[in-house]
Amino acid sequence: MRAVLGILSLLFVVPTMTLAQEQVTDFILDNGMQVVVVEDHRAPVVMHMVWYRAGSADERPGVSGVAHFLEHLLFKGTDTLAPGEFSATVAANGGRDNAFTSYDYTAYYQRIAADRLELMMRMESDRMVNLRLDETDILTERDVILEERNQRVENSAGALFREQKNAAQYLNHPYSVPVIGWKHEMSQLTLSDALDYYKTYYAPNNAILVVAGDVEPDAVKALAETYYGVIPANPDLPERMRPQEPPQTAARRMEFSDARVAQPYVSRSYLAPERDSGVQKQAAALTILAEILGGGTTSVLTEKLQFDQPLTVYTAAYYGGTSLDDTTFDLIVVPAQGVSLQEVEDATDAVIAQFIETGVDADQLARIKQQIRAAQIYAQDDVGAIANRYGRALASGLTIHDVQTWSETLQAVSGEDIIAAAKDVFNKDRSVTGWLKPLTEAGQ
Amino acid sequence: MMRILATLTAMIFALPLWAATDIQEVTSPGGIKAWLVEEHSIPFTALEIRFRGGASLDRPEKRGSVNLMVGLLEEGAGDMDSQEFARAREALAAEFGYDVGDDTLSISARFLSENRDEAIALLRQSLVAPTFDSASLDRVRAQVVSGIRSNEKDPDEIARKAFNSQAFGDHPYGSDYNGTLDSVAALTQEDIMQAHRDTLARDRLYVAAVGDISAEDLGILLDELLGALPESGAPLPERADYALEGGVTVVDFDTPQSVVRFGHTGITRDDPDFFAAYVLNVVLGGGGFESRLMEEVREKRGLTYGVYSYLVPRDLTELYLGSVASANDRVAQAIEVIREEWSKAAQMGVSAQELERAQTYLTGAYPLRFDGNGPIANIMVGMQMQGLPTDYIATRNDKVMAVTLEDVNRVAKDLLKPSDLHFVVVGKPQGLP
Repeated sequence: MRAVLGILSLLFVVPTMTLAQEQVTDFILDNGMQVVVVEDHRAPVVMHMVWYRAGSADERPGVSGVAHFLEHLLFKGTDTLAPGEFSATVAANGGRDNAFTSYDYTAYYQRIAADRLELMMRMESDRMVNLRLDETDILTERDVILEERNQRVENSAGALFREQKNAAQYLNHPYSVPVIGWKHEMSQLTLSDALDYYKTYYAPNNAILVVAGDVEPDAVKALAETYYGVIPANPDLPERMRPQEPPQTAARRMEFSDARVAQPYVSRSYLAPERDSGVQKQAAALTILAEILGGGTTSVLTEKLQFDQPLTVYTAAYYGGTSLDDTTFDLIVVPAQGVSLQEVEDATDAVIAQFIETGVDADQLARIKQQIRAAQIYAQDDVGAIANRYGRALASGLTIHDVQTWSETLQAVSGEDIIAAAKDVFNKDRSVTGWLKPLTEAGQ
Repeated sequence: MMRILATLTAMIFALPLWAATDIQEVTSPGGIKAWLVEEHSIPFTALEIRFRGGASLDRPEKRGSVNLMVGLLEEGAGDMDSQEFARAREALAAEFGYDVGDDTLSISARFLSENRDEAIALLRQSLVAPTFDSASLDRVRAQVVSGIRSNEKDPDEIARKAFNSQAFGDHPYGSDYNGTLDSVAALTQEDIMQAHRDTLARDRLYVAAVGDISAEDLGILLDELLGALPESGAPLPERADYALEGGVTVVDFDTPQSVVRFGHTGITRDDPDFFAAYVLNVVLGGGGFESRLMEEVREKRGLTYGVYSYLVPRDLTELYLGSVASANDRVAQAIEVIREEWSKAAQMGVSAQELERAQTYLTGAYPLRFDGNGPIANIMVGMQMQGLPTDYIATRNDKVMAVTLEDVNRVAKDLLKPSDLHFVVVGKPQGLP
């Protein structure tokens, strides 16, 4: 089927899992830096990543976007590297580098020939603590992140809608603030805002090194000790405690209208528990619930709202369990031409109520588990994805053991577990229902 | 920086042996050709199938028929309806992808060794026996229509469409292969079946496989999967004449950041100067953060999050395109800087150091592409469509290194035509005509 354009950002991702065959080694340097090595010797290539346990949700109030701003600024100079020299050196060695920031982490990576690993470690460890910035860097790069916000958010009605809706979902937790930042705060970010964040969070005892590819764990350990191991731990690293959500006791509703909306839709999110270290069962049930409800042609929402009744052109369910604090379970329902948002919202509620009543189809659950098994085989083909999975999990409060038992936790989920998780998560008091509408449309 | 570079100058990167050394050219008993790399360490196979022609084979007045047809291939086949087909695929944990562009119709599959025959039998049904039943037709049509409506409000899509229609007019390249609201609404089941006969034929077929399969088994698989397809399909369209002159087109659209697509004519993939042009583009706007355009527009002036240029050698024309997005009150400056860089590179070329950096980057980055069965199958099927030999992988870096400063700067003079650059700007730009 053809995916409906413009609303793809919440597409379901098939859960990938850990493999018995994955060659993973992990250890901790004396200064507290965690290291994960994933071996894949099929090609002489390596992925070198450093993940900081610090993201936008760790920012102080009032400087939203500073985590992401600092990520950009890390490509400026250090004591020994001129501005831009980091990426230029990676490129001159035939590699590619970039970085990304999320709520719970900031990560930097290079993909490069495996024999260049030492050079990458030398440069990445250097900018962990030796960043040198001046006011000019700040002003030009602040314009760049404002243009980035323009491109990702201001130019997209759907992105503006998601931003408002997310802010309504969290009453107290900083997940309510967009990773890229609110525009009025971004435009005021200063050098000292960036340096404050840098000095607080960028330290080996707050970082995870993931090296994946054609490498030997012993050699990685020796290099890691040489370059990262010599950096002193930050004794003042703050404990990672964000303001938590109070009981949410009132369903929230919002409408967002914009002339640039061509295809209206309903988006509903529910506050949901995340994967916690040692306690992943409910998250596993929610992961499979999302697949049952929204995973393509055979999913419950598609079957009931596209095949049985032609009410929608597209439906999806999404649950992102890898998160430090409470996450969300999301539903997207795109009405067919001539069907109102109220009609599809009501129909969706009815389908979910019916699903909870009827229970899980055993064949569907078996097929999903078969695909999860196969995903373990397919996953071996992409060592970069394995590196990402470990980095993300470890930066989100999970352990290596949690990552490696996730697969069996998913396989152990029963139909009853899924219905219990559904009953628990689908509580309107903890939900936000958003309607995205064209500006001109009246009376929906 | 210079210290580091100096030690690397003469280095040519090693290629991944498992990809470069052993491409087998397989011909099935029934005469279907494919390239194969055997990789038995993981028990699955990645298969990439291409049919040349793609959406450009839409018949007159039937724009969108190939796209809709491709969307229907997995929505009912043989005696299975859409959901039965999907359930069968899920039970096998096989992954099938069906896609189309202007030049190419693509089928991608991953399947486990443990149920390979069943997976291929199922995939075959969707290729040779799709039902195109009216319920599925209407359902998928509604999805396509929704997508077309969304594209009409998407500044990137508006820019693409405006550029292409001015450049290519009535040629298929001049319109969106999704079709228009009117053309898609009018498509019938017969139109879809016609699109199927026109495009999925053996005279335009290319296949690559990587994974846990022998040459003999692949031969059997190819005949089973593709042997029943018709021998020939519709003739390919004529070449597309580029009709756009230098200048600026503003498409008024109320949004805070203007989206710009720009370009002029390009160079064919088989031109002897293609590698020189390719290296030139890395310096100008094709590299990462290091290109001149990124340096001047983003790093120095903060006018954009990203600016890129790319050579686009298509089957029926050649373009040199670029893109940038900048706030409405700054986009005029971004365009001015891009024009200046284009002129500067045309007149003065690139430096020896820039050439060397680009070559080192390109030769080093090449082996990084071969990082999995799926990506390698993709590369191999693309090579076949471009008419490249199997040993191209081993010689490609030599071709990059053989480019001289003289070559690049001669090609820069010829290829970069600042006065021909046409900018399509979607937004509310200030200070533009």
